[in-house]
Amino acid sequence: MNDSTDNIIVDTATRILQDLCEPHTINEAENGIWPKALWAALEESGLPLTWVPEELGGAGATLADGFAVLRVAGRFAAPLPLAETLMAGWLLTQAGIPLPNRPLTIAPVHADGRIALGPDGTLSGRARRVPFARNAGHIAALVQRSGEPAVALVAAAGLPIGQATSLAGEPRDDVSFDGVTPEAVQPVAIDRERLVAFGAAVRVQQIAGALEKILEQSVQYALDRVQFGRPIAKFQAIQHNLAILAGEVAAASAAADAAAEACAAPEIAVGEIAVAKVRCGEAAGTGAAIAHQVHGAMGFTYEHSLHHATRRLWSWREEFGNEAEWAARLGRMVAARGADELWPFITVGS
Amino acid sequence: MTYSFRFDPIELPPEARELRQEVRVFLQQEIKAGTFSPDGGKGSFSREFSRKVGAKGWIGMTWPKKYGGHERSHLERYVVVEEMLAAHAPTRAHSTADRQSGPVILRYGQQEIKQKILPQIARGELCFCIGLSEPNSGSDVFAASTRATKTDGGWLVNGRKIWTSNAHQADYMIALLRTSPSTKENRRHGLTQFLVDMRTPGITTRPIINLTGAHDFNEVVFDDAFIPDSHRIGEVDMAWKQATDELAYERSGPDRWIETFPCLVELVRLVGEEPSERLAEGIGREIAHLATLRRMSLSVAGMLQAGKTPMVEAAVVKDLGTNFEQALPDKVRLLAPPGGDLSPDTNDDRFERALRYATLIAPKLTIQGGTREVLRGIIARGLGLR
Repeated sequence: MNDSTDNIIVDTATRILQDLCEPHTINEAENGIWPKALWAALEESGLPLTWVPEELGGAGATLADGFAVLRVAGRFAAPLPLAETLMAGWLLTQAGIPLPNRPLTIAPVHADGRIALGPDGTLSGRARRVPFARNAGHIAALVQRSGEPAVALVAAAGLPIGQATSLAGEPRDDVSFDGVTPEAVQPVAIDRERLVAFGAAVRVQQIAGALEKILEQSVQYALDRVQFGRPIAKFQAIQHNLAILAGEVAAASAAADAAAEACAAPEIAVGEIAVAKVRCGEAAGTGAAIAHQVHGAMGFTYEHSLHHATRRLWSWREEFGNEAEWAARLGRMVAARGADELWPFITVGS
Repeated sequence: MTYSFRFDPIELPPEARELRQEVRVFLQQEIKAGTFSPDGGKGSFSREFSRKVGAKGWIGMTWPKKYGGHERSHLERYVVVEEMLAAHAPTRAHSTADRQSGPVILRYGQQEIKQKILPQIARGELCFCIGLSEPNSGSDVFAASTRATKTDGGWLVNGRKIWTSNAHQADYMIALLRTSPSTKENRRHGLTQFLVDMRTPGITTRPIINLTGAHDFNEVVFDDAFIPDSHRIGEVDMAWKQATDELAYERSGPDRWIETFPCLVELVRLVGEEPSERLAEGIGREIAHLATLRRMSLSVAGMLQAGKTPMVEAAVVKDLGTNFEQALPDKVRLLAPPGGDLSPDTNDDRFERALRYATLIAPKLTIQGGTREVLRGIIARGLGLR
């Protein structure tokens, strides 16, 4: 089986990441070395502009294409803000703001982040754990202007940024917007809830991709590693654990597909995104645990690349709403509709 | 190299969506008419109901018209099956024949039998059971030892089948019988499938009551029971070649994740429109599993419709699905403990009835139709581990 698909955008992403996103690149990025060659290759391919229409200088590809690219980026643990630049491109496009220099990121990421635009044209508020804020040229922020949502484009240079990292060692910075004048502001028909839902749909693609990777690594490791005179893949206990892992990967992949479809609908179907973030978050936890168990002590070393995927899984499941938040929201949706509408809710859209 | 199993996204065609509404209307009418009760109170076996479903054209939906079928798609069939199961409709008098026995006869049966039996199944007139397990062959299906010995014009059968669901109500059994010893090269060799008329002299059916107190299982004893050769299904000794894609249907259908669904529905009813955060979260988690499983199960139906044979994917659906439906009553029980604050008053015990039923049947869900261990072996083989 080769990695070629019938999608040229996905193939391009795969090729670039295969060539330039090596384990040492990922480790270096964690140590603060920007993966320059990788970003340059991505920029040259136009991939960061997947969701920007051609008239605004983008690639004008479909949402589905972009989500497929993010699946690949998740598989390779791409240590740069490709997902965030894609999202920012989507958000800016919704507001009709032309794209500035990249990379980009977005804010807020957490439901409690609030940024407001005052009558004097300056922002106030703070966003926690903004991905790659220190690397970004600009931040696309969803703000409130007189109680209405708007997108504000903010130059990142000079912003007070408190540096912090995710479990995967990726930048997750606290950003203060107090007194900052945005370069552009436009109203947008997206509220914070929708932005968080869209972000969740993005993260589940990355989770699904990373899960595919750890399944691949775990199967290969079990076939290669010899103990008690035979490959550990021959032991039933290992086989069954890997079968469970394969099930979790398949479920996450199917749920992520549903979330991607839900975003393409005229009204983002929040229910399906909730389903996906809960299911993928659970699969991330269960899957990473099995992958580590199969890899034994070797997989617990920094030297082995397994942690590139597993630490990202633990980090991504937390962003744009974790399993608990989304499950509660889903439960409330279902309860509000009532017991007799539960089955129609499950079968809605089909 | 990628080891991930693909579950192709699927969109139901418009005719399937229309059909869903049609089935829902029919089921509502039947509930009103008292044919069945959605809480399972009137049982799951009704020949009267099965005939009505047959008259609607909803049995043997994918089969050729010349055999009484309706030449509709697997996706349309999927919609009918899941709507019936979700409504707790009494489908047991026809579901086995529709899902497994009919397709086997259609594919491997002799012409005369196909013409005689299939239209009757499609009309909802025939109930089937499956004779696989024996006292010494359960998961190890190919160890079956109940013998069929060649005799004038047919076969004489001797031995025992066990755990045979519905044998006491079935008109026919599809039995896997030993016609030759296995060989050194192929331990699966030597078994043949037969269509067995349950009224044949020499067949005795004895009940085995299960732990819920219900009579579902049976032991079926064959004592020189005669089967005409026209009832042989497929080549002598070669049954191992036949059990292929039917299993994909059996393993991935809605019945593999929906069995305990009523206790979740009743929990939602119990908690009302504004549940606490804890209850909402608990319910939401289960919905996330259920919705994902349904998508995967529907995807397998779509792949079958497209002419693929997603055997491993079907095993994945059954493993995930049965684990989900088995764990569900325990999750529900801890969210709303029977006898606890949320417990219903004595006038309305739909919730407790559904939970009790789900708790009691839970152990069988990961055993019937291929145990969890067998399924994980199949998935491991699919991963290239064995």
